[in-house]
Amino acid sequence: MTAIAGKLDSKILNGGQKLAVKYFMVAIVLFVAQVAFGLIAGLQYIFPSLFYEMLDFNVNRMVHINAMVVWMLYGFIGAVYWLVEDESGREVVGLKLGNIAFYVLTAAVTVVVIVYLFVQTGPGTHKTLWLINEGREYIEAPRWADIGIVVVILVFFYNISMTFMKGRWSGISGVLVLDLVALAGIYLCGMFFTTNVSIDQYWWWWVIHLWVEATWEVLVGCIMAWGLMKTLGARRKIVTTWLYIEVGLMFGSGILGLGHHYFWIGTPEYWLSIGGFFSALEPIPLVAMVVHAVYDSGVHRFKSTNHPALAWLIAHAFGNFFGAGVWGFMHTLPQINLYTHGTQWSASHGHLAFFGAYATINIAFFYLAMQKWRGNVWMSAGLADNGWKWKWSLGLLNTGVVGMTIALLIAGYEQSFIERAMGGSTWQAYFEGQMHPWYIQAMQWRVVFGIVTVLGVVLLVWDLLTIGRKEARTAAVLESPDTKESFKPSSTGAAAGASAG
Amino acid sequence: MASSTWWSSEDLWRKFAIWVTAIMFLVLIILTFDSVSEIKSGTDRVPPYSVINQRIDYTFDETRNRMAPIIGSEAPLFGAALTTEQAEELVTKGKLTIQAKNCINCHTLLGNGSYYAPDLTKAWLDPAWGSEAIREQLMIGFLMNPSANARTFGSGRKMPNLGITEEEAKGIVAFLKWMSAIDTNGFPHNFQPMKQGG
Ligand code: HEC
Ligand code: HEM
Ligand code: HEM
Ligand SMILES: [Fe+2]
Repeated sequence: MTAIAGKLDSKILNGGQKLAVKYFMVAIVLFVAQVAFGLIAGLQYIFPSLFYEMLDFNVNRMVHINAMVVWMLYGFIGAVYWLVEDESGREVVGLKLGNIAFYVLTAAVTVVVIVYLFVQTGPGTHKTLWLINEGREYIEAPRWADIGIVVVILVFFYNISMTFMKGRWSGISGVLVLDLVALAGIYLCGMFFTTNVSIDQYWWWWVIHLWVEATWEVLVGCIMAWGLMKTLGARRKIVTTWLYIEVGLMFGSGILGLGHHYFWIGTPEYWLSIGGFFSALEPIPLVAMVVHAVYDSGVHRFKSTNHPALAWLIAHAFGNFFGAGVWGFMHTLPQINLYTHGTQWSASHGHLAFFGAYATINIAFFYLAMQKWRGNVWMSAGLADNGWKWKWSLGLLNTGVVGMTIALLIAGYEQSFIERAMGGSTWQAYFEGQMHPWYIQAMQWRVVFGIVTVLGVVLLVWDLLTIGRKEARTAAVLESPDTKESFKPSSTGAAAGASAG
Repeated sequence: MASSTWWSSEDLWRKFAIWVTAIMFLVLIILTFDSVSEIKSGTDRVPPYSVINQRIDYTFDETRNRMAPIIGSEAPLFGAALTTEQAEELVTKGKLTIQAKNCINCHTLLGNGSYYAPDLTKAWLDPAWGSEAIREQLMIGFLMNPSANARTFGSGRKMPNLGITEEEAKGIVAFLKWMSAIDTNGFPHNFQPMKQGG
């Protein structure tokens, strides 16, 4: 790696950050895998005989979405390790154990992917679910891996909470630790088999929805709060207060917003109203987050210690708002969802939301990490080569994903009309929808923009490997003097921490 | 700094966050107890597995103003009525196979999953199976060899052979029949089921 990338200064990283960069590197590899398999899956829509009965659509799609979930979790774990020493004011506790957990997890992920690709499926027995594939979307990992993941997460949780416990608490770390408990606890809801498909999907949505629309959202809120202090020098008191507001609004709408997945799975009718109502409120916290980020950036005149990171943090604020807030809202009312449910509509929203909310903020952290790893170099205005690589990869990635989103939206509308509303969702109606020229064109455009996305990823990787390599200037210093203010023991942050401990 | 105004107090918003989260979570727990009891198999919404012994239909319900399943007279699957345990065992085999073969990454069940292939919620009732007399055999044949029995409606998009055994195929058909009897609040809307006698 050093050979391609030039000089890296690991000594400058603190212990948590040394572990963080390992997580980041695996995350990037998985991101590349994600888009590669997404592209194959996208091509299979147009060329259905591509890799038929060799590498079928379901395998590619499974690798596509699993690689996504795992790389994002790697990125989050890395981001938390990245900030934990700075935020707690002490060395991370149990770093050795943390390192072992990293290698165990990475080995497990590798085995799981190899089994996905080369074993693929098994007979209809419990043994298959334990060893090969659990066959539930997003959480396909076989049961043995689930248990491994839980153990690794427990180690991670131990390291982080003990570090804060022995160091100091803040508002951000209090929220973060409580949120991690919820995030890990929710995963357990996805670890059982039941014949009853309604019960199955009921708990499955606990994992998926309460992750992406509650606990992950709050996790990135914490990371974002810290990131804004670092890149902009925003004041701790302000970001902490905003964080509390966002947590209240997000959990206030997102927890019962879960009901927008309980319209049609057999669950009682009251979910039509509860789910529709509360999920319709979910965009509110997302608006708050945009306001916060843009306001802070404006106040600080977009002067930042790390331009690429700030650009990606702003992309996060907007991506989260549009992908989750707007695209989610558009199909969240049951009157609309009756027709859009399970169409390319969902895929349109899924792409913009996952990319906009979670890929972006992880990429911002990759840049923060590279900056420091290079020896805490300059990464503000006036980068070498005018910073064309980061600017172009930002442009290509966003164009690519937005392009795919629009293509899928058109396909989704068309499918809702022809297959759902007119055809009544029969086998034949399904294919009438799929065969419509507008749908076919949308699938073609999705691949075109998918290629743009892949180019963006390639450029991103190249940029991360080279940015700051020849930089002689050191990083700009912007941190506001009060960034560390609330660490005084009497502060309110300590109280939040106490409740977490 | 505006810290003197009540609405910008960090403390106030921390309490707000804690209370809102606690209340919402509590409400969710209560609703979950209720919902899970209403969707156990053997309830009005989710019928017992032995429903595969009966004819299932799906029509527009005037009073509820939406489509709803109808559970009709005896019509045993594969010609033999099963006990509750036998029925559960068969449907379980189907569910296990559906997970083991990763069907969800091509199809949707109850509308959730992937969009590469038709929704299976009402697959048991799909008019493309022709008639009651040949449906079971066609379904078994299709599942065991989908490429030889492909329809694709001109799309060329075939389902691959997944090495499904006859026992597994029967389980899947039982599962699909049972699933088609779940009350899904009218999803899919406007679905015209195959014509069934009696
Ligand atoms: C690689 C993608 C893929 C996988 C995996 C897959 N299917 Fe299919 N399935 C299809 C396609 C495509 C069709 C349409 C085939 C045709 O029209 O010839 C289809 C059609 C069907 C149909 C008939 C459609 C209807 O509405 O009645 C059923 C039933 C079915 N599949 C069940 C299953 C089951 C059960 C599994 C898992 C054991 C499964 N499929 C796995 C792609 C897949
Ligand atoms: C960052 C946050 C979010 C992410 C990552 C996200 C992602 C997703 C994904 C991937 C799906 C498809 C799930 C599947 O495979 O079946 C989905 C479904 C859905 N999302 Fe979101 N979402 C987010 C926020 C929201 C918000 C805020 C709303 C509402 C305002 C919303 C409304 C919906 C609805 C209604 C569905 C169901 C679609 C269907 O019926 O098929 N989402 N979401
Ligand atoms: C190279 C570009 C990409 C291509 C060609 C692509 C293609 C696909 C395809 C074909 C599917 C299956 C949809 C279906 O079931 O019909 C899919 C699903 C999905 N992809 Fe991508 N993808 C790409 C990039 C991404 C990125 C960057 C993200 C997010 C960071 C993403 C997130 C998802 C999600 C969440 C789903 C599940 C959606 C759902 O079930 O509703 N993809 N993608
Ligand atoms: Fe949701």
